[in-house]
Amino acid sequence: MTIEQVQSEIQSAIPGAKVEIILNPSPSAQHSLLLDHEHVLAVATYLRDVSELRLDYCSNVTGIDWLPREKSEKVKVKNLVEGVEQEVEEVHKTVVPGYLEVVYHLFSVEKKHGPVILRLRTEDRAAKVHLPSLTPIWRAAEFQEREIFDLYGVIFDGHPDLRRILMWEGFVDHPMRRDYVEPDDYEYEPTPHDHVLQRSREESGRH
Amino acid sequence: MIDEQLKIELSRQGIFTTTLEELYNWGRKNSVWPLTFGLACCAIEMIATTMARYDLARFGAEVFRPSPRQADLMIVSGTVTKKMAPQVVRLYNQMPEPKYVIAMGACAISGGPFKQGYNVLKGIDRYVPVDVHIPGCPPRPEALIHAFMTLQKKIDGQHLSGADRPRHLNEALPSEFVVPEYGAHDLEPRSNDLVWPLPMSKAVTQG
Amino acid sequence: MSSMTETTSAANDERSRKLTAGISEGQLLEVSMGPHHPSTHGVFRMDVVLDGERVVKLKPVVGYLHRNHEKIGENNSYLASMPYTDRLDYLCSLTNNWAYALAVETLAGIDVPERAQYLRVITAELTRLQNHSSVIGFLVQDMGASGTPLMYAFREREKILDLFESLTGSRMMCNYMRFGGCRIDLPAGWLDRAKKVVAGFPQFLDEYENLLGTNEILMARTQGIGALSRELAINAGVTGPLLRASGVNYDIRKVDKYGIYDRFDFKVPLGDNGDVYDRYMIRILEMRESIKILDQAMCDIPPGPIMDPKAKIRGFRPKAGEAYGRIEAPKGELGFYLISDGSGNPYRYRVRPPSFVNLTVLEDMCIGNYIADTIAILGSIDIVLGEVDR
Repeated sequence: MTIEQVQSEIQSAIPGAKVEIILNPSPSAQHSLLLDHEHVLAVATYLRDVSELRLDYCSNVTGIDWLPREKSEKVKVKNLVEGVEQEVEEVHKTVVPGYLEVVYHLFSVEKKHGPVILRLRTEDRAAKVHLPSLTPIWRAAEFQEREIFDLYGVIFDGHPDLRRILMWEGFVDHPMRRDYVEPDDYEYEPTPHDHVLQRSREESGRH
Repeated sequence: MIDEQLKIELSRQGIFTTTLEELYNWGRKNSVWPLTFGLACCAIEMIATTMARYDLARFGAEVFRPSPRQADLMIVSGTVTKKMAPQVVRLYNQMPEPKYVIAMGACAISGGPFKQGYNVLKGIDRYVPVDVHIPGCPPRPEALIHAFMTLQKKIDGQHLSGADRPRHLNEALPSEFVVPEYGAHDLEPRSNDLVWPLPMSKAVTQG
Repeated sequence: MSSMTETTSAANDERSRKLTAGISEGQLLEVSMGPHHPSTHGVFRMDVVLDGERVVKLKPVVGYLHRNHEKIGENNSYLASMPYTDRLDYLCSLTNNWAYALAVETLAGIDVPERAQYLRVITAELTRLQNHSSVIGFLVQDMGASGTPLMYAFREREKILDLFESLTGSRMMCNYMRFGGCRIDLPAGWLDRAKKVVAGFPQFLDEYENLLGTNEILMARTQGIGALSRELAINAGVTGPLLRASGVNYDIRKVDKYGIYDRFDFKVPLGDNGDVYDRYMIRILEMRESIKILDQAMCDIPPGPIMDPKAKIRGFRPKAGEAYGRIEAPKGELGFYLISDGSGNPYRYRVRPPSFVNLTVLEDMCIGNYIADTIAILGSIDIVLGEVDR
């Protein structure tokens, strides 16, 4: 089943669901489906139980941090230059706001096919980082969503036990975000070796 | 103190002489009981060292004790993360004197290949004194055996009295060290100045 | 679907409530097992609530070996991450290499020459042999058979590690595969030595099975313990021997036919009860199947190049896009998910660790059992903390 067929099947089964195809230009050609927040639980339940696909196995859940980026477009604009209409190229710069993305890789144990890739996006990277949790549909997402909460700061609504999993309780940062600054300056940190060298020099001087 | 030449002469005649210090150290060095304590990849090589092929029992160190109260030696075998560091120091504090530490592998020495990691402690010698460092990723079992023999030599050379007597015979020296606590971004304190002199940072802060 | 209500973690809370009904809070004992505990395979911790010796609640606590593999992978070039994959599941570095190489090859569309495919199969199946035999050794050691079975397993493991060492230069951290092939060809006489080791392996398995398979204590401690239902196993994303012990026929070697696994004749052993004994038995049977694959692969291996000549080692920059590559590692589905933005470093480097996901069902399997059984159950999941925490 091609990605377009999956899309149309979802759209006909769940009216109002917004499903956008995100094309993957690489040779892997693993295209994915971007879902909207309101219908994602219905879509996921449908994909698992009802559809031809029977995606009963959620393999991989992961987060991605997309920083705000500047997009420059060259637009040809007709301008009046010295009374004569000319075509001039102008560079329009727009800032695409950053967001956090969660990716689900689904397979079917029953039908032995896959992957079908679902994506969810938060509205921004600071305040509106809520997403619906898919743990009630696939238990496999339980620990992986906790990990995304821990390392990326996505808050999954409906998750049964949303706590930090890899870092300790009381840690405040989300270290997998692209703009996280590490507490150690490992490149320039002092080493004991100068001290050791000094001591060995003193000892060799004594003998 | 018996003259070394006389001692050799006597042993030729079948008379065995020794000192209390030699006897004490001989007993200690041949019954080093390590703590059953694995952290990462190096732990597998540590297990391999105790198995039939490398047979650590030849050095009197095959009795791995699960409780720190019964152990003499902590082999820090693997990456110490910041989340694990308080537990490692606490285990060290729970061991009775005399106690020794082998930092096994690049990670335990300095963070090794994972030195860039935000959750990786850049060497266990920031919090506890280390007696023997073994480089390698992971060190071979032979290297661990070499570390044991180095430690045995060290134990053998310790004097029971005098200014350079070891820590467990010198009440002025501490046998427990500060257990770091989980902070908001990093461990607090970030190192123990008693065991980790920071020559460069001191120079930087003073100058 | 009605069975789905049983797969949610709310069902665990419900079972906890039933088990603790009528017991006052003060009678329950909370135990923090680990991170330093001899049977937790490293630095794993379980927060267990006990009623007497019966487990009424169990929460795994991980992260004590979280060494930021993914973050480092995003700061490194594609090739520089290859040695790091060795240290994920440090018992099986070669299968980790393969999973990562497969993901990058999918991302960049690189082919792998015939001989390299055979080399990959041979090294991966040898890895499976040494992993499964050590895991069974660890499992029975945790249950009290101190020493002997593990010694037997490590004796065999050393023979395989010798082969790895003479091929790759390292016992454990092999760093052998490259995008589009393998790093070096077999040294002279390697294949004959490997054939000898593999030919001797069934004898070891017979010895192992004679020692353990019908042992009364082992059977009493493992049969009917920690049963995992088929539905829960699939829903919780459990993979590998754990899934197949529950009777689900899902082996990625058969499903995806990655590499050249469609050329070999082997079976996928399945369990009936999904208990600890089945998981032990599945691993023994899988080793016998691996020996079959090895026999075929070592017989058929063709001469030829071991690297795709078009594959670039230095300055490797795949086109923008993403790929998910997965293999059947000894512990389950090991996947790598890579996003390229066209630069020399991956924008996102994600490891899908099998034993981390398999831990999801630990509480389901342990509730209601004795505390001593959690050790057996944990041992049968076969976790390696390097992979759980990354």
